[in-house]
Amino acid sequence: MIPAAFDYVRAGSAEEAIAALAEHGDEAKLLAGGHSLIPLMRFRLARPAVVVDIGRLEGLSYIRDGGDHVAIGALTRHRDVETSDLVAARAGLLGEVTSHVGDPQVRHRGTLGGAVAHGDPASDIPSALIALGATLVATGPQGSREISVDDFFSGFLETALADDEMLTEVRIPAADGARWGFEKFNRRAQDWAIVGVSAVVRAGGEVGVGLVNMHSTPVRAAAVESAAAGGASAAVAAELAAEGCDPTEDLNASVEYRQHLARVLTRRALETAGL
Amino acid sequence: MEISVTINGTTHTHDVEPRTLLVHYIRDVVGLTGTNIGCDTSSCGACTIHVNGESVKSCTMFAVQADGEDLLTIEGLADGDTLHPMQESFRQCHALQCGYCTPGMVMAAVSFLDENPDPSEREVRLGLEGNLCRCTGYHNIVKAVLHCAAGGEQ
Repeated sequence: MIPAAFDYVRAGSAEEAIAALAEHGDEAKLLAGGHSLIPLMRFRLARPAVVVDIGRLEGLSYIRDGGDHVAIGALTRHRDVETSDLVAARAGLLGEVTSHVGDPQVRHRGTLGGAVAHGDPASDIPSALIALGATLVATGPQGSREISVDDFFSGFLETALADDEMLTEVRIPAADGARWGFEKFNRRAQDWAIVGVSAVVRAGGEVGVGLVNMHSTPVRAAAVESAAAGGASAAVAAELAAEGCDPTEDLNASVEYRQHLARVLTRRALETAGL
Repeated sequence: MEISVTINGTTHTHDVEPRTLLVHYIRDVVGLTGTNIGCDTSSCGACTIHVNGESVKSCTMFAVQADGEDLLTIEGLADGDTLHPMQESFRQCHALQCGYCTPGMVMAAVSFLDENPDPSEREVRLGLEGNLCRCTGYHNIVKAVLHCAAGGEQ
């Protein structure tokens, strides 16, 4: 399968990329590692007129200790997140979840920013960012702004990024001493999750839970978190996992099955996280 | 757009359409047909090559993204008539049935051992999860990778 023709722009800097986005509006798509965009283009589910390649930009691939947070550049590859000692020590849930994305070849090319900006409810990584309470940094012609992960995912494959903004950094509030669990239910190795759950219990006892493929967007299991904050056990809190979620039915699972999976997997993830 | 790509030590310069997938460039333009196309959906790994030493699915890159990069395909793995130790291990362990997935399997396995030289069997299976063998001949493939990791001795 061959993508539809497009004009190719190789950006030499973030400013050039943003200028190209500003010029072409929603006709343009950013290309980072390409592991979300190229599959869509091959099926012609996406037909951008202009592809702005940011894959070679210097300075957006890094993992830094920001004191109270870990700062990760948007072009950091999954492989580098997965193998980072800093991520393991201070945002371990993200490292573990990243190690379950796709397969080794995908993780060699795919980027954290690309996976997040794609806004796919079936993607594993957003669930970890929700559980950890990440902040996303978007950069546009007017400069940068911070967006809470809770305000970032606005619809199916839609995010709060404006047409002329690019995601430049992901900030994870440091989770030293946290315990976590990640559960991904799929039928075959490397498949997307039918349902997935990221759970973290911070050293202070605060609980965060993000769900994969349970809604039109990546979604927080807010009722589970509230119950856990009120002292509920993992088993009791997990019963609320599907509350407020509107999962779809597809050939892998009915709505009821997804709701059931969310409850079971949330209990397991919370138990692994030590709740 | 003109690109220059080094493949198996030889630099190739061609004018390509931006939408040309890397695997099509390698097969149809450069003429190296050892890299197979299996699924066209980034699933099967038959088109796995190395980009700057790491395994990548060449159906999920545009050729323009490989401009200036150093690629290795299955044709570049052996040293003349001497097979790469992974190829030799596949041969000794009979790690193939129809052979279609083999170039991608071998390239993925070489990259995997570079990152994890002393893997457990489970780690080998996880490390090759991006490659499908539709003959389901996984048993001997895993055996071959372990055989290679152990130095290829009988």
